[in-house]
Amino acid sequence: MVTIEDLKAKATQIRKDVIEMVYRAKTGHTGSSLSNTDILTTLYYSILNVDPENPDLENRDRFILSKGHAVESYYAILGDKGFFPKEELKTFSEFGSRLIGHPNNKVPGVEMNTGALGHGLSISVGMALAAKKDQGSYRVFTLMGDGEQAEGSIWEAAMSAAHYKLDNLVAIIDRNKLQISGTTDFVMELEPLEDKWKAFGWEVIAVDGHDIEKMQQIFAAAPIKKGKPTLVMAYTTKGKGVCYMENVPHWHHGVPTVEEYEQALEELCDKGGGQP
Amino acid sequence: MNKIPNRQIICDTLVEFGKDDQDIMVLTSDSRGSASMGNFAKELPEQLIEVGIAEQNLVGIAAGLAASGKKTFVASPACFLSMRSIEQIKVDVAYSKTNVKLIGISGGLSYGALGMSHHSLQDIAVMRAIPGIDIILPADRFETKLVIKALLTNKGAAYVRIGRNAVADIYESDSYDFQIGKAITLSEGNDLTIIAAGEMVKVAVDTAAELKTIGIACRVLNMHTIKPLDEGAIIKAAKETGKIITIEEHSIFGGLGSAVAEVVVQNHPVPVRILGIPDEPAIPGKSQEVLAYYGLCTDNVKKIALQLVK
Repeated sequence: MVTIEDLKAKATQIRKDVIEMVYRAKTGHTGSSLSNTDILTTLYYSILNVDPENPDLENRDRFILSKGHAVESYYAILGDKGFFPKEELKTFSEFGSRLIGHPNNKVPGVEMNTGALGHGLSISVGMALAAKKDQGSYRVFTLMGDGEQAEGSIWEAAMSAAHYKLDNLVAIIDRNKLQISGTTDFVMELEPLEDKWKAFGWEVIAVDGHDIEKMQQIFAAAPIKKGKPTLVMAYTTKGKGVCYMENVPHWHHGVPTVEEYEQALEELCDKGGGQP
Repeated sequence: MNKIPNRQIICDTLVEFGKDDQDIMVLTSDSRGSASMGNFAKELPEQLIEVGIAEQNLVGIAAGLAASGKKTFVASPACFLSMRSIEQIKVDVAYSKTNVKLIGISGGLSYGALGMSHHSLQDIAVMRAIPGIDIILPADRFETKLVIKALLTNKGAAYVRIGRNAVADIYESDSYDFQIGKAITLSEGNDLTIIAAGEMVKVAVDTAAELKTIGIACRVLNMHTIKPLDEGAIIKAAKETGKIITIEEHSIFGGLGSAVAEVVVQNHPVPVRILGIPDEPAIPGKSQEVLAYYGLCTDNVKKIALQLVK
């Protein structure tokens, strides 16, 4: 049984991988990937029923990264779990690599191509409907961004998930309150976001998106209410884990200089992420 | 004159095969009536997903179902399906390679009197530019059935565009060799070629019949599949007949005419006349009135044919 301490150490290691990938590629969505690292780590190392040896197993849990730009932590986790050789992470964003800047299903473990925002929830609704039709026991998880909440298609999908009573669907919002142009309330006021989801017929639960233990409890217990889809509002810090990146919009897709790179690795190593 | 619209044939065919295959699913956007899917909804209620008036969600859900092994048919007015959900079609269907068949109902000028919002005269152009989607316009009810049967056995994405009303029969039955991507020669001749798709095939056939009475041998190609295009049949027609007319219920930009011209100019340049809707909001009216206004009728096609062959 994996412990919470194991998961925390894993998350720190994944953050290091993210920094390495972005630094090497000189491109990437650093802050976004660090924001969602604890959510993805909790899911992939303690919740999702997925098998790297058999990525197409019929009854596997589905995960859709709707905020597809936050792909570095996703790839780092899939590589670490053995969906593909971890060594391949070094090719991230290189010409000809399958590890491109948004998830694509040529990569084992990736269900669907994402990157255009506002698509993941509809796809997840389709998958959850299929699970109901087939009486499958699997669940469907999707991770959305908060800036992404301005996409109208999300609300179309939200309506339909409640209409079809998809309690096998768990949507998570990475609520870090920052997007590329600044804060989410500056760009487009989203609040009261939890109330909006409640009004659309979802069961909503808020959590600290870096509290792995609490998230694990919530994800394991979902659905919160039978007959209703679950929305987990995960309050996060963009750039989490690297002090100078935290809550700074520039790091949405900033690339560290050599000094910043070394400082980031040092900080993560101090937090138990192994040797630089 | 046949009274069964192609959309009814699609429903009947899907009911027929859906009874034995629960993976066949139909998705509608409050369009079960306009798509004639009422009987499917009645016979196979568990296999119909109503999404409401939300075309982006419609296609996204279809892609999610398809990624989970379902054979999904999305039936929605062509004007909305090909425009409002185009990014879902590009990313969730074409790019992700999901088994989604998009049925654009009431295509072209079917909703002629309702104005440009309800005309779908750019759909072929938009779909053509996206890699990974077959584009098919069946000529009549028999071909419509063959199209649906073919789509039930392949796993790729496709866009099928049909009109709202019943159309005259081109074929006598559905027992002929239909293959996606393979044009059908409906009339032999070496004086010129008319290439048409969908309901314009009837105009092509009628024009060829009239030309025959005055001694002009006109080849007619039913180019039911606009993508993948039967380039061989086009090059052969260019070489053997030397003149080509294309007819389409679509903008003159980016549709069948453009596709044919791209092949002709790069392989065997000969004169090509592209007949379609000019670059303007099409004048509203009953579809036959509007088609006649823009010269998509036998009289005008014959006139152009005579200009070409003289």
